[in-house]
Amino acid sequence: MQPTTPPPPPDAYHSEVTLRVNGTPRALTVDHRTTLLDALREGLGLTGAKKGCDHGQCGACTVLVDGRRANACLLLAVALDGCDITTVEGVAKDGGDRLHPLQQAFLDRDAFQCGYCTPGQLCSALGMLAEAAAGHPSLATDPDAPPAQGAVPLTPDEIRERMSGNLCRCGAYPHIVQAVEDVIR
Amino acid sequence: MRPFAYVRARTVQEATAAHAAHPGARYLAGGTNLVDLMKLGVEAPETLVDVTRLPLDAVEELPDGGLRVGATVRNSDLAAHPLVRDRYAAVSRALLSGASGQLRNTATTGGNLLQRTRCPYFQDLTKPCNKRAPGSGCGARDGVHRDHAVLGHSYLCIATHPSDLAVALAALDAEVELHGPDGERTVPVADFHRLPGDHPELDTVIQPGELITAVTLPAATAGLPSAYRKARDRASYAFALVSVAAVLDLDEHGAVRHLGLAFGGLAHRPWRARRAEAALLGATPTAENVARAVAAELDAAEPLRDNAYKVPLAHRLAGAVIGGLAGTHRT
Repeated sequence: MQPTTPPPPPDAYHSEVTLRVNGTPRALTVDHRTTLLDALREGLGLTGAKKGCDHGQCGACTVLVDGRRANACLLLAVALDGCDITTVEGVAKDGGDRLHPLQQAFLDRDAFQCGYCTPGQLCSALGMLAEAAAGHPSLATDPDAPPAQGAVPLTPDEIRERMSGNLCRCGAYPHIVQAVEDVIR
Repeated sequence: MRPFAYVRARTVQEATAAHAAHPGARYLAGGTNLVDLMKLGVEAPETLVDVTRLPLDAVEELPDGGLRVGATVRNSDLAAHPLVRDRYAAVSRALLSGASGQLRNTATTGGNLLQRTRCPYFQDLTKPCNKRAPGSGCGARDGVHRDHAVLGHSYLCIATHPSDLAVALAALDAEVELHGPDGERTVPVADFHRLPGDHPELDTVIQPGELITAVTLPAATAGLPSAYRKARDRASYAFALVSVAAVLDLDEHGAVRHLGLAFGGLAHRPWRARRAEAALLGATPTAENVARAVAAELDAAEPLRDNAYKVPLAHRLAGAVIGGLAGTHRT
């Protein structure tokens, strides 16, 4: 999908950037004030990432930037030239025909009600699983235990602590934890 | 948000030169606080000098056993670094106590130290705030101030510094490396943040155009038992009401050879508790001795109408943290 209005020419307040979004390079002319979230939603028509608080407090805008989860509402698109962005639209496999196991687990576990936070929960959980697999500790990880060689085992306490940056006003937290547990088993 | 120009710096020299060449410039690192403040209208830079691609993203082991942490090392990477976890446990724990996984992936070491207070009056343009608009007054003093300072505040400002990391760094005698138009200098983290005094608009001693290039963790506190504990309204993802960082070294008789103790959530800067440290030096860290030493520090507290709870909370947290370190210490 193309931007609905012609982009303004580059000047002191605009720049051209290329973002590799879900594997496809996308060139954009952005007002420097444009966040990654607005560039995705308004510029590229990728409305999966949601605008909740727009202040980095709710996690609804979570996407993966170079494989790491981040709040798209607090990132300026101009600063991300050349970065790899994965949104919820890029999570399913085979061009979107086959759900990612985590997406299927969210369906199987009824891990949402209204669904507004779900794209952020999914991207956050994917980022979180990679962090744990890389041995990154959380506050729930015993600091006195010797650092794990390899993956940190994800107990429900670990999952809750690591997912605390994603709010769900419907209160689907218990099922979200179960869905994440399903994909690590 | 006001339109702004954007410059991507590739070297420290390029960054400081670009800052000097553009009046009204601000450095942009992770942006997790700055971009938010720009949305709120609290910050309105004319130019952003992006420093995220400077070659300052490494944790280096120093010959003496200390660590030099580049300013753009992300909070999550620093918290997970094996040498940090092994030698400076309080740093890792403090980082993991702060923000969310997403924010820690973005926020940087230098930016963490330069984040602004989360005082709601500071963040709200419709309210008076001497920090944001000098001379406008302080809405918090007679307003909502349950989260505010009990130590070292001034008539003009009762804000607290929100960083967890800075509290651990202050306790561990870490230093900040600064690179500015007039060259380089090093400042202890414990002296980097200011008390508000007559100039609450100044959070730190950083000079215009200066850039944090690194934080150095000293060999002297490497490998000593250290810990960070944070009391907050939620189990996760909330700023500290009170936090405590401590590093403790006991001699062969179980007496205190070294104690570094710092509080978060109590003041405009990480509160290094030198009086309590001095009171415990050479003493056995029994519960009574610790309580007496911490009381000597907190005697200076001047709570406001709604935040007196912080004093006993700080007292108990410090007792628990020091007691825990004394119990786990291996001689």
